[in-house]
Amino acid sequence: MQNLINQTTVLENTWQIVSDYEDDLPQGNILVDAQYWLENKDTLATRKGVSLILSGDTDLESLSADLSGFEVIAVNFPAFADGRGYSLARLLKERYGFQGEIRAIGDVLLDQLYFMKRCGFDTFLLKDGLEAEKALKFFDTFSDPYQLAYDIQTPLFRRKA
Amino acid sequence: MYIYDNYDQRIVDERVAQFKDQTERYLAGELTEEQFLPLRLQNGLYVQRYAPMLRVAVPYGLLSSKQVRKLAHIARTYDKGYAHISTRTNLQFNWPELKDVPDILAELATVQMHAIQTSGNCIRNTTTDQFAGVTPNELVDPRPYCEIIRQWSTFHPEFAFLPRKFKIAVNSHLTDDRAATMLHDIGIKIVKNDSGELGFAVYVGGGLGRTPIVASLVKEFLPEKDLLTYLDAVLRVYNLNGRRDNKYKARIKILVKALGVEAFAEKVDAEWQHLKDGPGTLTQEEIDRIKGHFTAPDYEQLDKDSEVLSQQLAENKAFSNWYQRNVSEHKVDGYAIVTLTLKKLGTPPGDITDKQLDAVADLAERYSFSEVRNTHEQNIVLADVKQDQLFDLWQEAKTAGFATPNLGLLTDMICCPGGDFCALANAKSIPVAEALQAKFDDLDYLHDLGEIDLNISGCMNACGHHHIGHIGVLGVDKKGEEFYQVSLGGDSGPDATIGKILGPSFAREQMPEVIGKVLDIYVDQRIEGERFIDTYRRAGHAIFKERVYAKSN
Repeated sequence: MQNLINQTTVLENTWQIVSDYEDDLPQGNILVDAQYWLENKDTLATRKGVSLILSGDTDLESLSADLSGFEVIAVNFPAFADGRGYSLARLLKERYGFQGEIRAIGDVLLDQLYFMKRCGFDTFLLKDGLEAEKALKFFDTFSDPYQLAYDIQTPLFRRKA
Repeated sequence: MYIYDNYDQRIVDERVAQFKDQTERYLAGELTEEQFLPLRLQNGLYVQRYAPMLRVAVPYGLLSSKQVRKLAHIARTYDKGYAHISTRTNLQFNWPELKDVPDILAELATVQMHAIQTSGNCIRNTTTDQFAGVTPNELVDPRPYCEIIRQWSTFHPEFAFLPRKFKIAVNSHLTDDRAATMLHDIGIKIVKNDSGELGFAVYVGGGLGRTPIVASLVKEFLPEKDLLTYLDAVLRVYNLNGRRDNKYKARIKILVKALGVEAFAEKVDAEWQHLKDGPGTLTQEEIDRIKGHFTAPDYEQLDKDSEVLSQQLAENKAFSNWYQRNVSEHKVDGYAIVTLTLKKLGTPPGDITDKQLDAVADLAERYSFSEVRNTHEQNIVLADVKQDQLFDLWQEAKTAGFATPNLGLLTDMICCPGGDFCALANAKSIPVAEALQAKFDDLDYLHDLGEIDLNISGCMNACGHHHIGHIGVLGVDKKGEEFYQVSLGGDSGPDATIGKILGPSFAREQMPEVIGKVLDIYVDQRIEGERFIDTYRRAGHAIFKERVYAKSN
């Protein structure tokens, strides 16, 4: 089973990831691929609880007009070593002003949680089998990092001054 | 040199704790091999042919004697009594036990050292001129900028999982380039604009490996304060757009080629417009703080030319030979820069024993303000030696085995560890280096040949920089047998050039003879005073190709 957490606690997952687009879409809150959204925007906009899954090659510019309407945006890590999601999360929050929740999904492991948090991820759908309690300890690996990012918006050299 | 404050020390200490936990989880089976792989790589830990190899970061090559003693201690305690200086000026241990690595890192942390990002698909150690700060004709000391880049790149949260490794070099010399700057993912040349303001010319997309390319200019003048925001923009464009489907096409050089330099530069500029003048902009206070760590040592007021030295040079031919080759001009009167060569016959290039490391620390403390530098040519530099003391230093260095007067000569080769140690290699490289050192051991002949860069790599990954050797040797695998391909005309300097392949490859035992032929052609063709590379450029590739492959009568 996959645990959903934020930086401090275990959460209930109310968003379902749609993987099969052939059948009718499930009821309740759903996350759909950005491409599917762009192609079916008119129909999807009539229903509540629809949000996006971004992948590494998603062009944020094509979605910019829609972003503010989403409650949650999921960024998919097809493999934990694919680091595009870090840039996407920062751009969503720092460039496009997205104020909702950014959720990491896919190959979400423990040792990357700290970097994800720094880049603006709010929630983390852990890879199947990873313990939520254990994961909560991975958000404060480093107490005072050098760089600015989403979480700390000035670099260390300005903070020290 | 840069001394850690509490913030820097805490980051390194927290890294030690993090990696200890990661290693324990891996050994307990909680992390799979695949999950542990990039974590250990980002800590410089490879699993090699016989044992793990740990690569310790030596930022821009600079070490204190205290750090050198610690490295000697680690070589003695956790390894087989020696270490290897890499072409990124880092230091490698070839035989540590995985379970000991956390302890080694803890020991390193006590002397402000670590293994952070010495491998893996992240931003690696930033390199520069080994004569930085002491060489004449330098615009400014490049090391403060290297340190600024080091801090920015250390655990950068957005760029920890790039498409491929990423290397940055900084050069500030007006005419030379001892850091092969143009062959880096980002090459930064410190410049002044027409108004006399300091800044950077930024070159992107250089590199060796399978697709050797010289970097292209993407920003003619970047103001000093904008260094980090611009680097953020380059890295972001690369992180999002670099290829991830094929590791051989994943370096930034392939992206720059695919988009075209202009389109790439525009993309970076567009991204930079959002970051420019933001909080990532360098402050004058920070630049000054870092520069404050790289001030001149307590030099004595001395005459430009030492009479004692002149006399010693006149009296001792061997000393004079060493002086001619291994001593370089210093910007301060009465001082000199000494290169201790690690290229003695019978020793793999770049290897250094624990005793030699201790000896280096001793020499540095007695003769050179307790500082040491590693070079990308795998030698060691003492940067601030009084001319009057060169003779004493030379005698001690000879005893310790690093006063071979061959700096820049044929036998001062760059060579990767190759198939003897490295799991990636197609062929052994050290035996080729040894065979060449053995054949060309006549110093008079070597001095007559003059400056020649001979670089040997055991595979396409080009750790031995074969593409940019005046003579390059690449180990290749042909149906399970080791062969060697020779290229000529490479150059790592300001006119960086990729060498051209001579023709079909050779068996290992042919190599000394083949290199001998190449040298004979040079000697035959050269005009008085001409270096190998100059003769090659003038006489052309064809004559070398023709004569090397000519059937002997």
